[in-house]
Amino acid sequence: MSALTVAVPAEPPRRDITAVLPRADRRLALGLRGAALTSVSVLGLIGLFLLIKAWPALHRAGWGFLTERRWLPDVGRFGIASVLEGTIVIASIALVVALPVAVAVALFISEAAPPRLRSALISVVDLMAAVPSIVYGLWGFFFLQPRLITVSRWIAVHVGGAVPFLSVHDPSTASSFTSSAFIVGVTLSLMVLPIATSVMRQVFAQTPQAEREAAYALGCTRWAMIRGVVLPFGRSGIVGGAMLGLGRALGESISVFIIVSPVFTYTTHPLQSGSNTIAALIVERASESSTFGVAALLAAGLVLFAFTLVVNTVAGIIVARSRSGAATEI
Amino acid sequence: MSIPITEPTTEPTTEHVTGSAAHGAPLPDVQLHPAHRTPSLDATRLTAESVHAWFGSTKVLDDVSLDMPPGVVTALIGPSGCGKSTFLRLLNRMHELVPGASLAGRVLLDGVDVYDPGTAPTETRARIGMVFQKPNPFPAMSIYDNVASGLRLTRRKTRDLDDVVERSLRRAGLWSEVEARLSSAAGALSGGQQQRLCIARALAVEPSVLLMDEPCSALDPTSTRRVEETIEAIAHDVTIVIVTHNMQQAARVSDQCAFFLAGDGRPGHIVESGPTDQLFGAPRDPRTADYVHGRFG
Repeated sequence: MSALTVAVPAEPPRRDITAVLPRADRRLALGLRGAALTSVSVLGLIGLFLLIKAWPALHRAGWGFLTERRWLPDVGRFGIASVLEGTIVIASIALVVALPVAVAVALFISEAAPPRLRSALISVVDLMAAVPSIVYGLWGFFFLQPRLITVSRWIAVHVGGAVPFLSVHDPSTASSFTSSAFIVGVTLSLMVLPIATSVMRQVFAQTPQAEREAAYALGCTRWAMIRGVVLPFGRSGIVGGAMLGLGRALGESISVFIIVSPVFTYTTHPLQSGSNTIAALIVERASESSTFGVAALLAAGLVLFAFTLVVNTVAGIIVARSRSGAATEI
Repeated sequence: MSIPITEPTTEPTTEHVTGSAAHGAPLPDVQLHPAHRTPSLDATRLTAESVHAWFGSTKVLDDVSLDMPPGVVTALIGPSGCGKSTFLRLLNRMHELVPGASLAGRVLLDGVDVYDPGTAPTETRARIGMVFQKPNPFPAMSIYDNVASGLRLTRRKTRDLDDVVERSLRRAGLWSEVEARLSSAAGALSGGQQQRLCIARALAVEPSVLLMDEPCSALDPTSTRRVEETIEAIAHDVTIVIVTHNMQQAARVSDQCAFFLAGDGRPGHIVESGPTDQLFGAPRDPRTADYVHGRFG
């Protein structure tokens, strides 16, 4: 190019853009900020409360709190290794059982059910969420358990040979199967189901009509349209529903307490009688513990609290990354 | 304006004429396609016979008959709310996806009623592709996957998917713009590119008919021209029906026009249809003249 230089006019100074908010808007902002802060600080206060109250126990147990399986606070041997593992196993069973059903029910409600059946089903599912957990617990204990033992035994006998963790010690007696992590998990799945279904169907229903029509216009069957459009769009709903359900399963105490026969060993064979969860442990020991025992229980509660927070944060990140979660309608 | 010379058809369409005539459809003995465009042998004829349509108890189409011959671009024109889109969606059985939608009459695809109980709507829609007013690519899918989606989701066997994707993108006039980034998300394309992607997606399943519902209403002039070039390029083997509110576009791309109107107590119906030159140059009905000259609607 030529060596000609053109004088570039100096850039004008940039102006500050300021706006005086009308008084009503300022009040609104203040009020909303206050409300938001309140909920955050309640969460923080709960954590702080748990930490302070649990401190004597945590201090005495040290890192051993995370590795000790037994729960004997009065002799100083206590930890959450077995109950935390039991909590995760039981919650996982609940999710594995509930999720496929929840996805199917949510798809049926949002994609296939005729309008009248749809609103009826929505009410029924919402009602399921409103049933107190103690009712599920009792029902699981008295109604489900005897029937599930048959299922447990079938799995243990026919699959247990090939898959060691599905075997039990003595499949010939029913007591080998009672009060197992599996039975607790299935009972919990009934509580997970309505929450998960509700979240999923709401997200599925938001699938853009234009994309559904695009799929149909290509010659898709309804199932192909669901595979190609609704499920990818609804991924955040599936994850979100699963995580809300997981939260419920992790924290559920009373129905687990009713059914499970508490043990302080790792739940390695979920069909075998005996397991435990953090929440059930707290319910079981709360009334009989010494001051130090209570501190130990609160330490267990703190771990459950932190664990739930982590699970929900991870879920939040996954949901925000997906399309329906980020609401990036194009 | 010149009125096109009308002469009896002797070439490929004859077969279809007899085929359809067997079903009782009286067909015009007119060559509508321009001289430079010879319909390919497997091009398809679409015929609507006395079609009526309702949404619930509201009647929106009243006794519409229209022949859409192979190798011919048909434009549906008329003011908003006159039933053009409903008519279009009725041709490939998208109409019935709206709750409460119903219809009367027949739609013949090469002489076979697409509403025959033995005809699967999925099969009809695969043979009669559709491009919508608002570009609707699958935004989370890549460009490649969008084009391949029809074949994949309908589980069609394809020997070389890469080939199909490239050919479809070329036919839609989009290949050179996206060939280097086939795996990037479709949502990142511009509106005009998205619409051409939708055309490529529709063409990938090799439909015999392509329905276009105001495909350029959301596009800039350059993209519009590209879409019109695509229409011209594929019209010899894909029968095209296009709804448009743009009179110049109707005049540019179509060989025959149907003017729809609703009002005066009558649901949407065809006031006049015929060769585009005739409809624009010497309309028989004064309402057609008013509309094509922009005096109402």
